[in-house]
Amino acid sequence: MEKENFTISVYTENNIGLLNRISAIFLKRHINLDSMTASASEIKDVFRFTIVVKVTEEQVKKIIGQIEKQIEVIKAFYHKDEETIYQETALFKVASKLLFEDRQIQNVIKNSNANIVTVTPEFFVLEKTGRRREVEALYRKLEPFGLMQFVRSGRIAVTKDKMHISKILENFGSEAV
Amino acid sequence: METQTQTVKKETKVPTEKMTGAEAVIRCLLAEGVDLIYGYPGGAIMPVYDELYKYQDQLHHVLTRHEQGATHAAQGYARTSGRVGVAIATSGPGATNFVTGIADAQIDSTPMVCITGQVGSHLLGSDAFQETDIIGISTPITKWNHQVTKAEDIPTVLAKAFYIARSGRPGPVLIDITKDAQFDELDFVYEKCKGVRSYQAIPDTDPKSLEDAAKLINGAKKPMIIFGQGVILGEAEEELKNFIEKTGIPATWTILGLSALPTSHPLNVGMVGMHGNYGPNKLTNECDVLLAIGMRFDDRVTGKLETYAKQAKVVHFEIDPAEVDKNVKVEVAVMGDVKNTLAKILPLVKSGTYDSWLQEFKDYDAIEYDKVIKKELFPSKEKLSMGEVLRGINLETKGDAVIVSDVGQHQMIACRYAEFTKTKSNVTSGGLGTMGFALPAAIGAKMGAPDREVIAIIGDGGYQMTIQELGTIFQTKVPVKIVVLNNDFLGMVRQWQQLFFDKRYASTELVNPDFIKIAEGYHIKSKRVTERENLQDAIAEMIACEGPYFLEVCVEKENNVFPMIPTGASVSDIRLE
Repeated sequence: MEKENFTISVYTENNIGLLNRISAIFLKRHINLDSMTASASEIKDVFRFTIVVKVTEEQVKKIIGQIEKQIEVIKAFYHKDEETIYQETALFKVASKLLFEDRQIQNVIKNSNANIVTVTPEFFVLEKTGRRREVEALYRKLEPFGLMQFVRSGRIAVTKDKMHISKILENFGSEAV
Repeated sequence: METQTQTVKKETKVPTEKMTGAEAVIRCLLAEGVDLIYGYPGGAIMPVYDELYKYQDQLHHVLTRHEQGATHAAQGYARTSGRVGVAIATSGPGATNFVTGIADAQIDSTPMVCITGQVGSHLLGSDAFQETDIIGISTPITKWNHQVTKAEDIPTVLAKAFYIARSGRPGPVLIDITKDAQFDELDFVYEKCKGVRSYQAIPDTDPKSLEDAAKLINGAKKPMIIFGQGVILGEAEEELKNFIEKTGIPATWTILGLSALPTSHPLNVGMVGMHGNYGPNKLTNECDVLLAIGMRFDDRVTGKLETYAKQAKVVHFEIDPAEVDKNVKVEVAVMGDVKNTLAKILPLVKSGTYDSWLQEFKDYDAIEYDKVIKKELFPSKEKLSMGEVLRGINLETKGDAVIVSDVGQHQMIACRYAEFTKTKSNVTSGGLGTMGFALPAAIGAKMGAPDREVIAIIGDGGYQMTIQELGTIFQTKVPVKIVVLNNDFLGMVRQWQQLFFDKRYASTELVNPDFIKIAEGYHIKSKRVTERENLQDAIAEMIACEGPYFLEVCVEKENNVFPMIPTGASVSDIRLE
């Protein structure tokens, strides 16, 4: 079975230590995380981890089972890229003087669909949201001019199919402790 | 629903009592029906020990000689009593000494609540004296863990701890309580936990899975059962027996399933796995339907997965969804508690007998008896064998004793040859293989089943890993019987060195102390046997002794345990010599 990208969505209670508990499952199997994002979810007091890993489907199924086994995990799902709508965000910090020294950079920015977040006499910050390859393409174009800083977020994704978390919570049938 | 719950709450509102967090810990334990805990005091847990002093007439505390001993004793207690074992220790080294026992309980699904003290919450993260991140350390080896920093949280957290430890697939829970939370006051009221929103203890059983499983079972020509500890944990011994007897299917067991079905039962055909019986292993690769009941296809059971029971349709009766398809792909998964699912499937399966199939097990038994068992139980060599010690114990106890074994050759011999008439009688460290488990576990096992004879079978290596617990035996006078099978070697490792490392016995030969003198130092009655003619009398004397007893049997130094499936080999490549 071939390795491919999977987006794992984990709905959890908000509890200190749960991040450790989830990442330990990957550590135990010697699997590197491509990215992990912790955030609020569509349900009050329910958290969501969005994890991207490159593994086989058989592996991801076993991982999901072991994640769901954790007491405070409500439900975990895995999806292939085509089953999700996903984005990443990157910030590029660039020296402002480049804008005047090299006119080419202005064209790169114009064609990049990136937003300028802030401009100071010393630097300006570009924000680019999109697929990994779009962010990387912009990186390749800006890199020759010299980047003061670069950072990219982990993937965030919503799935095309429904997750039914509220219904699952109802089925547990007991109050949160 | 919401309003109903609220009304009920109002009606049953209990007046609260003001007390410290430390007292609340004790009151929670009492409310959970705990009357016995194992532990070791220290700085960060002193407020709780102070309350233990006040409550000593209601809650008995057993002082072990090492925190690891406390966890194994709690495990032994849980395994024979079916209740939650409780262990308590201080922060830092006290907590880290718990780690082996917690890992053992996790992999063997033993219900246990561990309570550790922690430095004051204002010191957390500052590398304070005896501060250790036990929550971080114990995360991968606990079913659940939680740090309490506020006294008022103690009742709900402990209620949840007990619920999680015992429900569904049981396991260890660790609760870390900061010292200020022990000192501070709260309004105490205890309500037992009845559920956790994100946790379904027992998965729903799909009725179709029962029908599909029954169809496979009813159509099978050569069906075989492997049952595991799930049967014991689910108290489904009767349901298993009814199922086996109605269907007539030969039943094999994993090391932790042992004693769920009497060893003398005509359909009990023996142990699977690395040192299991010949027939069960060989025929795993010939059966057409394999029924796995409350077991998890550990690698010591399956050998090489690529060649494991490939011809068979596998039906898995399992409580933990993460175990299904984890190691072995199954045809049908029957989710749920085996007590329930076995009872439900019973009317759907037809009665039958599999005489010629059963005969195949018996034929292999005859070969194994001839090549292995006879030599082990009735050796012609001058030196004593481990097997004949087990035979001697069987003769005295008639299979009624609880056998607690450590890890290694003696463990395999004990599990292969000990006879059992009752369930919850085989206590051993299966998944983790923890040397040093047996002595403290035997203390707990005896306290968990005070009316039963408890015999610890230990090797000379493992014995010395937790030998300090003789002090606990001396102090509590718990009448456990300790048998050390002494071959002056770390026998199982030596066996592997002999078979797979050209007899290079690297660090496996032990220069042992005088074990009798050590036992005498603790005022434990003791005897050493070196000659066959003295063995049976010594065993009889040990069993007759009302107090604790230590029996050292000097056995052949370089015996090997067979049959054996070499690591990475197929179950059907099991070797007899």
